[in-house]
Amino acid sequence: MRKIKEFIIEKLIFFCGLASIFFVILIFLFLLKEGLSLLTIVGPFEFLAGKSWYPISEPPQLGILPLILGSLFVTIGAAIISVPIGIACAVYIAEIAPAKIKEVLKAGIELLAAIPSVVLGFIGMMTLVPWVKNLFDIPTGLTAFSGSIMLAFMAMPTIVSIAEDALYSVPKSYKEGALALGATHWQTIYRVILPAASSGIVAAVMLGIGRVIGETMAVMMITGNAAAIPKSILQPVRTLTATIAAEMGETVVGSEHYFALFAIGIVLFVISFAINVTSDFFLHKDQRV
Amino acid sequence: MSKDPDVFIAVTGGGSGTGIASLINGTCDIAMTSRNIKPKEIKLAQKRGIDPFEIIAALDGLAVVVHPKNPVKKLTIDQLAQIFSGHITNWKDVGGMDQSIVVLSREVNSGTHIYFKEHVLRQNKKDSKEEFAPTALLLSSSQAIADEVATNTGAIGYYGMGYISPKHKAIAIALDERSPYADPTIENVINQTYPISRPLYLYTKGEPQGAIKMFIDFAHSPQGQEIVLINDFVPLQK
Repeated sequence: MRKIKEFIIEKLIFFCGLASIFFVILIFLFLLKEGLSLLTIVGPFEFLAGKSWYPISEPPQLGILPLILGSLFVTIGAAIISVPIGIACAVYIAEIAPAKIKEVLKAGIELLAAIPSVVLGFIGMMTLVPWVKNLFDIPTGLTAFSGSIMLAFMAMPTIVSIAEDALYSVPKSYKEGALALGATHWQTIYRVILPAASSGIVAAVMLGIGRVIGETMAVMMITGNAAAIPKSILQPVRTLTATIAAEMGETVVGSEHYFALFAIGIVLFVISFAINVTSDFFLHKDQRV
Repeated sequence: MSKDPDVFIAVTGGGSGTGIASLINGTCDIAMTSRNIKPKEIKLAQKRGIDPFEIIAALDGLAVVVHPKNPVKKLTIDQLAQIFSGHITNWKDVGGMDQSIVVLSREVNSGTHIYFKEHVLRQNKKDSKEEFAPTALLLSSSQAIADEVATNTGAIGYYGMGYISPKHKAIAIALDERSPYADPTIENVINQTYPISRPLYLYTKGEPQGAIKMFIDFAHSPQGQEIVLINDFVPLQK
């Protein structure tokens, strides 16, 4: 009896484990099936490097270069803001902060992660956008820069919590050894602990960037969604994700526009897959040491 | 609904394209749109055994709005076309301050977007290839356009005239330089002196029957048209 029970539970858990992989494969196949149909209408080069996105014109112009650049601008901007702050925050929590402050900071960061993105987008639209407009004296505050600031808030919790874990997992003996050799606390952090935790920190950064590139609602609300090739971060941009979200509701199943949106989905999938693989690589490199 | 409690109506938002797409995809009974169904969409619908049936429910004037501090009061259709397609980029070229123009448009799923493109940007010319400037900001709702116009002195946007408020200034529009400029008001839409107004449609699958017919009849009844007027749209002429 016990053996049967054991057997059933084991198999059940086994299938639960397989389910997630199964779903990923199904999703990917569906994306491929719908997205690759686009290739019969426009070539891959024309699609990826085309400069005009007018999906509902006759004939439609389906070039996503402005959208890719839009996503890139917002993501790089968010990374520049969130990575230094996030890592510094993690170092402070892991190495310097007294126990009480540490608890408060960790709770605060968890709370930041729990704010729905649409709320952040709304707050950004009402406060950040007019501020950016006045600060830089630009025609509109709905820019890639506004999106970057808002997304930096969203990437921070991921970066801080994973980087902090990486800092914790540096063996105590490293730190003690450095201090024993006469290094100051800062020298120890900067010369010993940070390099030892570097692969974990890179993984944290990559996962944070993954969060940024997939974010939709907030960028749709505050980046202006203009599908022009951006020349500076202070211009409106249209991201890949916002394009899918804004246009999916209206496409007719089986139209060129519909296939094009799925093809954008493939591009996004490939990007986030690459980011995940990179962060995985760094995480495992850490374990081999 | 209060007249017949057995009928339930669920209304979903989105743009006109959303309505027509749902009609073709078979997920709705009535599609409300602010543009005609395209021949291509009729073909797609017929392929799925759906025969779209067109009903005009009301009229709507499209207001072009700017910030109240903007000195520009009137524009011709041609000037609007130049502004929205990005050929004119500074307010001083149309009699305003030396300030760059921020063009606001609705998203591509909006019937208003398509109406504006065909009737203003392309000025009803079938062979025109004019498009919205790629630098135009595409916002997801008329309310988002209203919010941005209210805070941005360089912005210009368009929406159904029901959204006009003291925070925005509606531009008087003329067909060309020799025609009279008209404000977007209900009278001007009815007597057709305001050049950009459009019918609002209901599309059903085939000729309406049963509960759907009751709904359409109600929309056309004096009571229904009264609701149209209360919501700042323009009732149909009897």
